[in-house]
Amino acid sequence: MNGNDFTFVLDGENIRFEPGQTIMEAATQAGIYIPHLCYHADYRPRGSCKLCTVKINGRFGSACTMPVQPGMQIDNDTDELTAMRRRLVQMLFVEGNHYCPHCEKSGNCQLQAVAYHVGMTDSHYPHFYPLRQLDASHPDMLLDRDRCIACELCVRASLESDGKAVFGLAGRGSRTRVVVNSESGLLGDSDFSADDVAARICPTGALIPKREAYLRPIGARQYDLRDIAHNAPPDPPSPEQMP
Amino acid sequence: MSKLRIATCSLAGCFGCHMSFLDLDEQLAGLAEQIELDRSPLTDIKHLAGDGIDIGLIEGGVCNAENVHTLREFRSRCRILVAVGACALTGGVPALRNGIPLAACLGEAYLHGPGIEAAGVPDDPELPLLLDRVYPLHEVVRIDHVLPGCPPPAAAFHALLTAIIAGQPPALEYALRRFD
Amino acid sequence: MQAVDYRQINRILDEHRRDPLRLVQILVRIQHDYGGCPPAVRDYIAKAVNVPQAQVHGVVEFYHFLSPERLGDYRIYLSDNITDRMLGNERIMAVLQQDLQVRRGQPRADGRVHLDYTSCTGLCDQGPALLVNGRPITRLTPALAGEIAERINAAEPLDAWPAHWFQVEESLRLAGPVLAARSEPGRALQAAFQQGPERLLKEIDRSGLRGRGGAGFRTALKWRVSRDAPGKAHYVVCNADEGEPGTFKDRTLLTRFADEVFEGMTLGAYVIGAEQGFLYLRAEYGWLYPHLVAVLARRRAEHLLGHQILGHDFNFDIDIHLGAGAYVAGEESALIESLEGQRAVPRTRPPYTATHGYLHQPTICNNVETFVKTTLIARNGADWFLASGTRHSPGTKLLSVSGDVARPGIYEYPFGVSVQTILDACGATDTQAVQVGGPSGTCITPLEFGRAISFEDLSTGGSFMVFNRSRDMLAVVQNFTHFFAGESCGFCTPCRVGTQLLRQSIDKIMAGHASARELADIAETASTIRSMSHCGLGQTCANPLLDTLQRMRPLYESRLTSLDFVPGFDLDGALAPARELSRRDDAAAHLGQRCDELGCIVNSEGAGARR
Repeated sequence: MNGNDFTFVLDGENIRFEPGQTIMEAATQAGIYIPHLCYHADYRPRGSCKLCTVKINGRFGSACTMPVQPGMQIDNDTDELTAMRRRLVQMLFVEGNHYCPHCEKSGNCQLQAVAYHVGMTDSHYPHFYPLRQLDASHPDMLLDRDRCIACELCVRASLESDGKAVFGLAGRGSRTRVVVNSESGLLGDSDFSADDVAARICPTGALIPKREAYLRPIGARQYDLRDIAHNAPPDPPSPEQMP
Repeated sequence: MSKLRIATCSLAGCFGCHMSFLDLDEQLAGLAEQIELDRSPLTDIKHLAGDGIDIGLIEGGVCNAENVHTLREFRSRCRILVAVGACALTGGVPALRNGIPLAACLGEAYLHGPGIEAAGVPDDPELPLLLDRVYPLHEVVRIDHVLPGCPPPAAAFHALLTAIIAGQPPALEYALRRFD
Repeated sequence: MQAVDYRQINRILDEHRRDPLRLVQILVRIQHDYGGCPPAVRDYIAKAVNVPQAQVHGVVEFYHFLSPERLGDYRIYLSDNITDRMLGNERIMAVLQQDLQVRRGQPRADGRVHLDYTSCTGLCDQGPALLVNGRPITRLTPALAGEIAERINAAEPLDAWPAHWFQVEESLRLAGPVLAARSEPGRALQAAFQQGPERLLKEIDRSGLRGRGGAGFRTALKWRVSRDAPGKAHYVVCNADEGEPGTFKDRTLLTRFADEVFEGMTLGAYVIGAEQGFLYLRAEYGWLYPHLVAVLARRRAEHLLGHQILGHDFNFDIDIHLGAGAYVAGEESALIESLEGQRAVPRTRPPYTATHGYLHQPTICNNVETFVKTTLIARNGADWFLASGTRHSPGTKLLSVSGDVARPGIYEYPFGVSVQTILDACGATDTQAVQVGGPSGTCITPLEFGRAISFEDLSTGGSFMVFNRSRDMLAVVQNFTHFFAGESCGFCTPCRVGTQLLRQSIDKIMAGHASARELADIAETASTIRSMSHCGLGQTCANPLLDTLQRMRPLYESRLTSLDFVPGFDLDGALAPARELSRRDDAAAHLGQRCDELGCIVNSEGAGARR
């Protein structure tokens, strides 16, 4: 291998990359899907959901944060990793209160879509049924912490795109939760707006616009018929697009 | 070939999964060649036959003592037990009460709610006692297979039953693997 | 309780230059003075140091010893390491609850007393121990707990309590070449100045010194990488966040060898070209703060710190930062986050601390013991150091020995020493198991007592806990597994949720609600957590379960109630609230735990029928 050989091997396939790219960036550019929830191309990778864990030269690591090196041997779509990712998604489901049947985000939810992708059909673990605070104080947006997976995308989007810092994480361990930057701690008392980039970034139904629920019928939603691996990145539905 | 014997029931559920099963429509006629129903709200047979049942399909979560008895009866009689639908798998809508203490639930219904006369929590031994919360089936008995969905699509029932009839491990294609 | 005085808060803010990097330090002080940081104060601080309110909120809720509520004038934390358990801390808790009329974790009616458990306080050689307003009281007895309660009930200030109550004993049971070889302050620095930084680094390299925190990374390599990394400034950090349950050797080193610690940091600064150093002192050792500040002041007066050290063109000073209660802060990148005033969440690596540490500048972060050894190597040379230990683990290791032993305390042994040798020396008899390296380390049984303490065999940061045959090892596992569940920072999914799942599993086993499937499930879940977790906490949190499952499986099997399946919760207990509300206690108001017990139908009479 010479110094100009910017290729690595992903599931046996030679992939070209640009210096400085992470495994996730290089794979995405090559049209290869690596499951993820906390990663978003527009923001600094966080590496917390761990769904994108791959095997790098035999060792586990996060694809979204690990820079590619020439010649790296990476396993992504293997039975071992899929089984572990299934357990991770199951952990996320039992940790929160994810009631897909009546959730407005169902069908357009990345947590659900990744669950479908990794072949999850049940929760496997006992459900925690945690008690979490719902915040409906904002006129246009709902913060339903039951569905939060602590990915920090709203935190990052508000800070980096909106220049606002509306959100932060507080608590620790299993009590980790999103808090709002206002004296009352309520979303309605913050400077959050439904036009913020952060208002459309949540991969689940935790931070969701009001009055837009169930507009798309079952069958026409983002992930109803197509696996997230073969789906364009989720474009937030705008009201005009609705049938 | 003898027919597979199937039993079904709904615990803390809405019978929507049963309705979805009936949505198989004319395919039911084909299935009827290969299966026969034992205890089921569809047959109005109230109790499982004494001898072995091949497949038990259970809808709904476990919310009271009677649900536990029924579920255990199914477990002990059925070779294969299938948890059917979101409530059986996660507790579903009935589990929304899990964040509320039972005393508050019963208090609202029998003691302090609007329009209550002769307030008092019923103590009739005929009434099954409520569990402290609604449990998914897999926390109470061993479950062999699952059909997710609210309800699971009719085709998912068909896929599961035909696989078992053919002696194959059941697998659901993408469109049949859904949580709502 | 003292009223919140904003002039006083302004003074605290000014002392810390209203610097957001000192946010944790400001909040530690606020907690100390007011017993908590209520929302109004929190928002005031946020404005003063110019950070979002949510950031201050996040920090306050992250650390054990910071609280959003004011916890009262007396804040008592009873150490809950397994060694404290074995010495009867539950009885102490009962006495304190009774005599103080307070429930653990809940404020007393008058709001003046707060009582709770906390993770290991590093006083395992003299437990059971507690911290009251940060000051330690060791060797608790029910009688002493009663006296403490009396004084609190009489509102007597801590300064009026008998001074000897707060004394911590340092028992050096076996001093090896390091503990015996005191270095006169400045001698190692003089030697270093004579040879210059490059030769000093080569000497440390030749000594083969490896990090004493447990991971065993080559010290010289770390220093060289850091020295050679470009940056606006270089930093030296001493990791005195000795949080691994069962270890307390850094407490002894900071008490008796503080000069050697600071001199080692100064040598590090000399080698990498740093002017600023930090010693990150765990909150539980906050009582050592005045002593350490005094040593720093003396060293400045002796020109061993500060401007032009010993007349050379080399400036370096050290700041002590207090932790606020977080085991995960012992992970070096989490520690640096905390130094910067943030929640102690481990960073993503690469890049590593050596090149991107404090303020993302090149930083060396070493253990207390590593810095002491650096000082002695600088003074005595690599050959002196190489005279003991093994080929891959040169030198000696300080061990914190506690548990079922006649003589708990600090033992210094050359690497390569066998576990049995240590057990013989500390007077352990009828030993069932030894936990080497704390909960994140290894649990071994007598068959393996011939194994050696070394990086190549049994690696340890210093914790060495001994359990005799009277102990229930599953209670030990339960204590450790709960520890990890309480200390997970919550950043990554596998650790945040997985530690809770493992805690549920061991609780089920202990309660008799587990079947053989549970054991298979533990192994599978553990493998996901271990492979996918972000940092060492998650990667090791299943060790107590996995080690004992491998070595003491019959202990588990004897607690299983079914080979097939049994509910993981108390089924009959789940009917208890309804029984109480309906005032029923008839047969139908009960459920058996297993299918073949009372409450399960096996005839065809239908649901509701009973045997």
